[in-house]
Amino acid sequence: MPPFKPVLLEAVGVADGNTLASYKSRGGYAPLEKLLAEKKPGDVVEMVKASGLRGRGGAGFSTGLKWTFLPKDHPGPIYLCVNADESEPGTFNNRILMEDDPHQVIEGTIISAYATRASTAYIYLRYEYPRSWHRLQAAIDEAYAAGYLGKNIKGGGFSLDIYLHRGAAAYICGEETGLIESLEGKRAWPRIKPPFPAIEGLFRKPTVVNNIETMACVAQIARRGIEWFKSIGVPADPNNPRDPGSYGPKLYCLSGHVEKPGCYEAPLGITARQLIDEFGGGVWKGRTAKAVIPGGISMGLMTESELDTPLDFAGPGKVGCLGLGTAAVVVIDDQTSIVDVIHNSCRFFAHESCGQCTPCREGTSWSLRMLERIKAGKGRLKDLDLLAEIGNTMGMMPGSTICGLADGAAWPIKNAIKKFRGEFEDYIKRTNPSGWMVTEPVPALQIVEAH
Amino acid sequence: MPTVIVDGQEIEIGADERLNCIEAARRAGKEIPHYCWHPGLSVVASCRMCLIETGTRDAATGKVTMVPKLVPGCQTPAKDGTVIVTESQLVKESRARVEEALLIDHPIDCPICDKAGECLLQDYHFEHGQAERRADLHPFTSRKRDVGPTVTLFVDRCIMCTRCVRFTREVSGTSELMVTSRGAKEEIDVFPGYPLDNKLSGNVVDLCPVGALGDKDFLYQQRVWFLKREANVCGGCAAGCSIHTEHNQDTVYRLKPRENMHVNKWWICDEGRYGWHHLHDASRILEAGRRTAHASHQGNGSSRSSFDPVEWADVVTRLHDDLTSAGRLAVAVSPQLTVEEAWMLCAVARLIDADAYLALGFVPMGGNDETFPGGFTIRGEKCPNRIGVEKVLALYGAGDNSWTDLVAHVAAGKADAAWITSGHPAAWIETATAASFNGLKQLVVQDLFESPLMQLATWKLPATGFAERTGTWVNIAHRAQSFGQAIRPPAGVWPEGRLLWNMLGRRGLYDPVAIRHEIAASSASFAALAGDMPATGIDLRILQLASS
Repeated sequence: MPPFKPVLLEAVGVADGNTLASYKSRGGYAPLEKLLAEKKPGDVVEMVKASGLRGRGGAGFSTGLKWTFLPKDHPGPIYLCVNADESEPGTFNNRILMEDDPHQVIEGTIISAYATRASTAYIYLRYEYPRSWHRLQAAIDEAYAAGYLGKNIKGGGFSLDIYLHRGAAAYICGEETGLIESLEGKRAWPRIKPPFPAIEGLFRKPTVVNNIETMACVAQIARRGIEWFKSIGVPADPNNPRDPGSYGPKLYCLSGHVEKPGCYEAPLGITARQLIDEFGGGVWKGRTAKAVIPGGISMGLMTESELDTPLDFAGPGKVGCLGLGTAAVVVIDDQTSIVDVIHNSCRFFAHESCGQCTPCREGTSWSLRMLERIKAGKGRLKDLDLLAEIGNTMGMMPGSTICGLADGAAWPIKNAIKKFRGEFEDYIKRTNPSGWMVTEPVPALQIVEAH
Repeated sequence: MPTVIVDGQEIEIGADERLNCIEAARRAGKEIPHYCWHPGLSVVASCRMCLIETGTRDAATGKVTMVPKLVPGCQTPAKDGTVIVTESQLVKESRARVEEALLIDHPIDCPICDKAGECLLQDYHFEHGQAERRADLHPFTSRKRDVGPTVTLFVDRCIMCTRCVRFTREVSGTSELMVTSRGAKEEIDVFPGYPLDNKLSGNVVDLCPVGALGDKDFLYQQRVWFLKREANVCGGCAAGCSIHTEHNQDTVYRLKPRENMHVNKWWICDEGRYGWHHLHDASRILEAGRRTAHASHQGNGSSRSSFDPVEWADVVTRLHDDLTSAGRLAVAVSPQLTVEEAWMLCAVARLIDADAYLALGFVPMGGNDETFPGGFTIRGEKCPNRIGVEKVLALYGAGDNSWTDLVAHVAAGKADAAWITSGHPAAWIETATAASFNGLKQLVVQDLFESPLMQLATWKLPATGFAERTGTWVNIAHRAQSFGQAIRPPAGVWPEGRLLWNMLGRRGLYDPVAIRHEIAASSASFAALAGDMPATGIDLRILQLASS
């Protein structure tokens, strides 16, 4: 692989890299001025579509295509929501971008708003990022002062206001319609689709929801061009007509049991093993990896033997994971109990399920309580079948619930029981030597207060 | 006509109908189970009980393309060529899993739950669930709390369908109920200090598909399987909401709204819902009595109000004789009477005195009409049949005579006898007005309760309440609704219709349908009442509209 120079993370380590002056000295905002002067909104949509940029928030849907779903000739208003409610465990790439190079995000937002004809953009920021909040707000103020935001930007006739909205710390607010409900001041219960947000979103108006990293990519496409973007990553699989390819740089969040955790920029398609060894300095303490989460726990688990899977949009799916997700790679070493990992995962999703759909609300809580029982030394082998079935019920793919949280909650359970069933069985037999084989109902366990 | 294919069966729906798959399947006789969906509320598609397989049939080729996942029937519109599969293995398994999930935290306290017997959770579990409980987790807490003056919330029975929450937001517009907490810890609750206290609050109990919301008025009064229901009309106001009177052994236990898209849709107000207790009030007048001439010689002060009981068979003749010998007659036709009773009363009056003065009885008013955001209206006119009685009076040339006119007529000495029908559940006449009736040779008062007017009466006759009558009422929008008798009046009481039927010299049992047909045949304004009456009633103006 040729040496790769970070682009999205260019400002990391640069003194005062978060300021307007620094961003401009690195070539920022000039592409925006050029674009506003020379291109029509439709051209910008075509540019992003041609670049092959896929949304960085998790689902990997084509950004340009999403923009074309907006109704033509709508009298407006059209809204752009930028999703900075980065809550998937292990994910912190948006945070790096917002803290170290907020103007890159803002430039991308302005370009995207221009392309979608939105005159108002909302950045929905997760509550736990106070520094992102301060730096992003400071950058927005700077951009207003410099005439990149507000009325008639740089005399081009385009106006945009950006509002920074802080959430109240709920995972579900990262789901695009949950985010919209929350922005409207309601309980963040994801909406039923259709209508999709592009037709009826925020305040019942056409709305585009994009991720922070997507915004940064848009800014870089405008600066460096389509050819540059398409030169990075993995081209479309000619044998799979449904694979549009994975182009561009990607921020991988490497954490867990590695020597050097951190946010690394690499071309899409780097394998998990390369990422861990070349960027992360290998698994810590000289151990080996037992499992690796490819993109946030909701994507499931890869085993050590699956680490050569390329981390592009299609790769993790080939080994039974849900997808690339947020590219939050979490390494789990060979000293760690998978039972603990799944217990923790279940606890997270039981806590974060919004409670709207029955399978998710009850399934996440039921699976947590079964894991509590197993952890308490009262597990039985038959529990594993039941757990797998709960996983299948919640995550009856594709999506039998309103949003994808249920699938995300089910995937690690399904993956773990499929790929690490032996370890679960060992654990149950070891901790419950007298009862592991029982198949008839046993006296009920006391409710454990889990969250 | 658009064609929908339900489990292979083709059914046609209206070209401009907007049906979802649940409604379309129902047309084909297939029940898709559902909790959260209700036709009167917004769609949330959250219970996931109505998951079905759907697809589309290509009009040209007939090729069916299925959607590769389960979709909620409530949210999926049924259009031309929509294919609905409600009984595949996948659908059945999905339903069983949802049922299983709903019962994980449910206390399953059916033996002490008021909803048992009419509970969707029970019914669907029996039909779609599985016998084994695999979640051998510690059951259940069983908490309850007050959420308002009329409703108790049994927190752990709730399945979070949020129908009640949506009702308070969309129909009553009061938004008292909300969802608190998240995930499996979710609960319905009210904000401290803002209880569920609105004029439509009782409807949330009807909406609740399980036993989570209990009606305090009905709680632990009766097992629902002992109840029998009769289609009735609420007499509480001029809206004339369609209701079911649910009763057992001549005792009413509760009223429930009966779906009628022309009148009340799925709702009734609390005033109507709880407005049946007067039927079983111990102070009701229960026997016919005639004040005897020598009553005042008894020597004690209360003798003024003493009546000699009269057998009903004797009332028919003696009342007729008394009124005939008294002379000029004035009759107040109460807006509580049915059209049939009003028509017979006028006939009897004119039989006794061909020039009898007929007028509309007292019309109780209770403020202005009140319309809620969902469109439901509580009328300020607190009687059920003013329009019907006015139309009857018009047939007798007395259409404009009001209660005030009648009082003035009597006060001016133009009548020797008066027959005042009432039947209002609440006190309706004060002493000053009643005094106008002093000095009449005969004063017949037919009422539910004692009143200042009754103090002056020479004839005391019991009236009957709404669930004890049978006949037709015409609401404020000219919609006539016929209903049967739900419970018998207290022992010995003849309903007004039976007395009048006998005073007209008719043979056999009182037959309100025969009377209705006679009225319809003899007058244009009631012509629409010919033939059978639909359960949702009929607009009396329909023929006039058609002919104009």
